[in-house]
Amino acid sequence: MAPRAERGAWRSWFYGYAAPERGAVILGHRRVYIVPTRLGLLFGGTLAILLMGSINYAMSLGFALTFLLGGLGIAGMVHTARNLAQLAVSAGRVEPVFAGEQAPLRLLLSSQAPFDRPQILARHVASGAQQVVELGTRETAEAVLAVPAVQRGWLPYGRMMLETRFPLGLFRAWSYVEPDARCLVYPRPVRSPLPPRSPDPRAGAALAQAPGNDDYSGLRAYQLTDSPRHVAWKAAARSGDMLTKQFSGEAAAELMLEWAQLPHGAGTEERLSRLAGWVIAAERDGLRYGLRLPGVEIAPDRGTQHRAACLQALALYGLQEVRG
Amino acid sequence: MSAPAAAAVAHPFAPELRPIGAQDLAGLLIALALVVAPHALRAPWWLTLLTVLLYAWRCLALRHPDILPSRWLLLAIALAAMAGVWMEYRALFGRTPGIVLLVLFSGLKLLELRSQRDGTAVVFLAWFLVITNFLYSQSIPTALAMCAALALTTASLVGFSAPRRDLRANLRTAGLLLAQAIPAALILFVLFPRVQGPLWGLPQDAYTAMSGLSDTMSPGNLSQLTLSDAIAFRVEFEDEMPPRRSLYWRGPVLWDFDGRTWRVGSPGFAQAPPPRPQSGAVDAGRYAYSVTLEPHNRNWLFAIETAGMVPERARLLDDGQIVSLAPIRARMRYDMVSHTDLPPDPAVEPWQLRRALRLPAGFNPKAVALAESWRRESPGDAAVLQRAAEFFRRSQLVYTLEPPLLGQDSVDEFLFRTKAGFCEHFSSALVFLMRAAGVPARVVTGYQGGDLNPVDGKVTVRQSDAHAWAEVYLVDRGWIRVDPTALAAPGRLEAGLARSVPTAQELPFLMRPELQWLRSVRNQWEALAHQWNVWVLGYNPDRQRELMSLIGMEDVDWRGLAAALMTVLGALVVVLVAWSLRGHARADPVSRAWLAFCRKLGKRGVARAPHEGPRDFSERAAAQLPAMAQAIQRIAALYIALRYGGDAPAEKVAELRRRVSEFRPA
Repeated sequence: MAPRAERGAWRSWFYGYAAPERGAVILGHRRVYIVPTRLGLLFGGTLAILLMGSINYAMSLGFALTFLLGGLGIAGMVHTARNLAQLAVSAGRVEPVFAGEQAPLRLLLSSQAPFDRPQILARHVASGAQQVVELGTRETAEAVLAVPAVQRGWLPYGRMMLETRFPLGLFRAWSYVEPDARCLVYPRPVRSPLPPRSPDPRAGAALAQAPGNDDYSGLRAYQLTDSPRHVAWKAAARSGDMLTKQFSGEAAAELMLEWAQLPHGAGTEERLSRLAGWVIAAERDGLRYGLRLPGVEIAPDRGTQHRAACLQALALYGLQEVRG
Repeated sequence: MSAPAAAAVAHPFAPELRPIGAQDLAGLLIALALVVAPHALRAPWWLTLLTVLLYAWRCLALRHPDILPSRWLLLAIALAAMAGVWMEYRALFGRTPGIVLLVLFSGLKLLELRSQRDGTAVVFLAWFLVITNFLYSQSIPTALAMCAALALTTASLVGFSAPRRDLRANLRTAGLLLAQAIPAALILFVLFPRVQGPLWGLPQDAYTAMSGLSDTMSPGNLSQLTLSDAIAFRVEFEDEMPPRRSLYWRGPVLWDFDGRTWRVGSPGFAQAPPPRPQSGAVDAGRYAYSVTLEPHNRNWLFAIETAGMVPERARLLDDGQIVSLAPIRARMRYDMVSHTDLPPDPAVEPWQLRRALRLPAGFNPKAVALAESWRRESPGDAAVLQRAAEFFRRSQLVYTLEPPLLGQDSVDEFLFRTKAGFCEHFSSALVFLMRAAGVPARVVTGYQGGDLNPVDGKVTVRQSDAHAWAEVYLVDRGWIRVDPTALAAPGRLEAGLARSVPTAQELPFLMRPELQWLRSVRNQWEALAHQWNVWVLGYNPDRQRELMSLIGMEDVDWRGLAAALMTVLGALVVVLVAWSLRGHARADPVSRAWLAFCRKLGKRGVARAPHEGPRDFSERAAAQLPAMAQAIQRIAALYIALRYGGDAPAEKVAELRRRVSEFRPA
């Protein structure tokens, strides 16, 4: 086995690029490979028979036909490679998913060519997720490849293959791209009852005043971080202003979701899963919640950004930040 | 290449899984109908009908897919049809039965066509059918029809691989592909090393479609031939053309008569080279010309009497026939020199003369009696010939294309009862009479005359110019030509067939005098067809060698040709690839400047994150490189204004580019 660095150099020479690549990758001619398909081989056999017939019967037009078809093959090969060449490939923005779900990896294919590029297959090599994309003249299209997210953490894009057989189906051109992009995978959430609100000395007094978050206590102006579940849609429809329902318990109900609250026997992944379940439930219930993991602490807050921050902390807990 | 997990997922481009759209199928149907039609016209009627039914079935199924037959039914039809073909031809693999079966299978394959793979296979089958059409005809109309079929099949292939694309776009792509195929095809056509076929033995029936003179002559078979307008050969004279009455194109010489049929003897090769005129008379009656001979599947080459040379790969027989060493199965061109005024050579082998006197006993008693009376009353052979000529001039024999049928004593019946015949009757009668009178004589067949095409100045000789005349041997003078038809119907030579037969008779359509305008159209057409024949169809190993020496490649062998071919083809592919890269809108100058800026910063360790906008990025960069902050912010502001500001004034673009190129993060 060659040392790892050397293998990487060999790979990058072989594939014509060093993976993964940042930003938009333009498929240069050097990295578009082309071989005949099985139909292409059959085409070659057909030409050979036609040529032999032409020689045997000394048919000039037979030669002309055979050679025209030969020229057609050559032109078709160039067209097939052209269908991929100079295509700009980049990763699109990917929303985080939970482990066990499908991560919709987005690939942006952008053509600056004065011709259309029909029938381009984008495929995620490792999982086989694939989609056929049609690109118009100077158009950008998006392929969404649903790749199973198995583990929490970063899911790198990995190698993507682009393939086409247009226009004759006799040749297959393909190219590999490995965009430097990744999808965040949250731990697989496990539902369990929220922990009892901790008798936090700072929050204790407030807790006593607050009967709970189910008691409606009025309306206030909408803030971006408010959960859509709490928007007073009926009132908004009447007045035209976005208003948020306030519950009497809300201001006071602060919940700290803690690693330490979970049973000691539970493994890391199980704890993270239950914590993720709690984060989801707490957010759904409109609570103010915080997160405390060994070495990580997120102050109580509310809203989608907060929820995302908590889940990201869970997703990346204990993982080495390789890059970024 | 891909991980095992991927193998389980069906490949969306797998040809056996891609269905075919009705539109592409319709195009394929039309293309197949085009290539099958000429074959269907030649096939037995029941097979044509069956094929038409299969095609119609498929057409109906375009709208009602549920009427497609099952595989078992198709198999049954195929077996029944094969049995039928066997009954018809007693073979399945000869050329004609093979093609007929191919035609039928095209219909069957259409009915079981489901996927792109089937469709592509049918396209390949269509190409086979195209090339089999060329076995029968390689004319310009055939070529045009086949080009249309080729374009349609190409469009079908494009349609199969881009089913969701607009039909017109697919047709455009097909046209573009074919247009780009033409240069490569031309290069291959000219440079591909040609070898003289055939590579393997040809089927027995390979050349039955060709028409021309035969090696036998019996009453009726030549007049059949003269009803054909087909071209026998075309001639280009170097200088002037001999008078029409001298245009005797010598073909097979018939020696042996069995009472009804004349046959070619088995003459030996001439011992001496062809005769040359005495010095001094060199130019009188000397004509140099080249002949483009249509294939007739026989060995004869035709030349005006008397030939003064022998072309390459041909021999002169001692009765004056020129024969090629191989049957003429492709159009060929040869140069020739003839001397119309050359006196014949009196020296002849005695056995030839004995053979030229042989007659079957018991036939034509009246003719024999007449000949014997001439012999008794004449002092010598020349006088007998004189009597015979007189007889033909006087006895009011009628020249006709529709001679009455003759019985056992064909010469007697023609001379004394029906008195109407064609040149084969005239020549046969004269030679019979001369032999009966003891004068050596033989029948010569060939062509007489030819039409000057005013468009290209070439002379066209058609099958309708087929002719038969006689040669009589006179001591001291040698074999001299006697044309009994000319004696009886003098107009035949000067005016051609059209004016020497009574007007009510059926002439080949275009030979009728009232169709002058049509003839001129035909002249134009045939001039074009001649160029086609010479340059396209007649392009063979010899012509390739000629052409190569014209461009300075003397004595090039196949290796030289292959090297030249690869070089030129390689250059062509480079041109095509360059074409395929043309027209990509390069990133506009603003984007290019911005990307260059990002690269420069990236090298300095401030790489832009994939989704970082210009403002965020420049702020971060400015914070990390405070020394450059001003330049960075100016560039970012310019870029943002140009990119998102709507219009892009040229001086701003220039400023951005200048600033980026001057930007050097230390």
